[in-house]
Amino acid sequence: MARRYDSRTTIFSPEGRLYQVEYAMEAISHAGTCLGILAKDGILLAAERRNINKLLDNSIFAEKIYRLNEDMVCSVAGITSDANVLTNELRLIAQRYQLQYDEPIPVEQLVSSLCDLKQAYTQYGGKRPFGVSILYMGWDKHYGYQLYQSDPSGNYSGWKATCIGNNAAAAISVLKQELNETPISLAEAEDMAIKVLSKTLDMTKLTSEKIEMSTLTRTEEGETKIKILSNPEVDKLIANYEKIQAEEEAAKKEKLAQQQAQQQQKS
Amino acid sequence: METIIGIKGKDFVMLAADSTHPHSIMVLKDDENKIHKISDSLLIAATGDQGDTVQFVEYISKNILLYKMRNGYELGPKAAAYFTRKNLADYLRTRYAYQVWLLVAGYDKKEGPQLTFIDYLANTLSVNHGAHGYGGMFCGSIFDQYHYENITQDEAYEVMRKCAREIQKRLIISQQKFHVTVVDANGVRRLDDITAENLKN
Repeated sequence: MARRYDSRTTIFSPEGRLYQVEYAMEAISHAGTCLGILAKDGILLAAERRNINKLLDNSIFAEKIYRLNEDMVCSVAGITSDANVLTNELRLIAQRYQLQYDEPIPVEQLVSSLCDLKQAYTQYGGKRPFGVSILYMGWDKHYGYQLYQSDPSGNYSGWKATCIGNNAAAAISVLKQELNETPISLAEAEDMAIKVLSKTLDMTKLTSEKIEMSTLTRTEEGETKIKILSNPEVDKLIANYEKIQAEEEAAKKEKLAQQQAQQQQKS
Repeated sequence: METIIGIKGKDFVMLAADSTHPHSIMVLKDDENKIHKISDSLLIAATGDQGDTVQFVEYISKNILLYKMRNGYELGPKAAAYFTRKNLADYLRTRYAYQVWLLVAGYDKKEGPQLTFIDYLANTLSVNHGAHGYGGMFCGSIFDQYHYENITQDEAYEVMRKCAREIQKRLIISQQKFHVTVVDANGVRRLDDITAENLKN
């Protein structure tokens, strides 16, 4: 009877744990990485694209970045079919609010509403939890630019920068190193996203096929502008990163050579 | 049968409402308040079926307060008016529609003042001045003559007095006293009543 407490979602184990929820979290830690960074003049989401078969039809462009309403975008990590159900629900919640109040739903209210649904699946019997973590970026008139993360348990939290999916812990520690108290610009955030992804994704070379990136900014006229970066734009960011990386490498080598030369002179 | 009046200025909204509570051909009460304070920045003036106005305004106001409690910030005057309209429109399509005529007045630090006219069919309009009830029929021409974009609070109060005077002079129904309330950046404030006596001076 070793599996007494992990086959049903709604039963606590004697240690006070909900195994199905923990397994759902585990499923996400194998999913494609998603990254979000809050900048002072906008926000960005970046996601790793896993399905890069050349037979795949490229006309379906965004795989895991979804627009929710005029002011919000999310990216998902986990079981894609579960994610489709949740993004559909998110869009419904947003439109219901719009219908009731004639204004876009404030960011936290949307996140919190969806998390009520996620939570319900960890408490009511007969079903499994959603195997999906979500990063939300959005703007509202109350708190401006915001970045949130939610997980299968129905917990959510706000972040300056965070990461979900494969190797998330490593990415977060890189972000911790890179970010300090002073807020950065969106352009700096874009470069940082590439840097973090290249350090945490296990591939030798980043390409635009493997990365989706989206930014959210506000115009002077008070409109939210949501942009999904095209492949050439992402390539440009990658090239820029590689250039800086190569320069640093060269500087390092030069320094090393100088040190060696000095040591030889001494001896 | 009763009257509610609203005037919007550059940085305030003023509401006036007569204070009679009629029943059949009798006046049962002459100090009924028809201007309901929902929050420090929102007022709703309501007239129509006696029971319906109380029930509906209470339902709306408690929901608006619930929103504030849940989210830690208030519903703006535009959203509050739209929410009111939506509820009225939804009830209109049931067998227990509310017979209410409303003026929703609010002030928002970013959006400024907002006056919304809503009738019992949930027709909704953002207006600079508006009125409901038989008395309202005498107010349109007064607004046309005296309302202008940068009207001050003192001038708006004077326009309210002109409206009250005309109603008392022309309307067959007696409306002896008007309550006046204003909402602006400093919150909600009750002004002196306009009465038949003080209109003589």
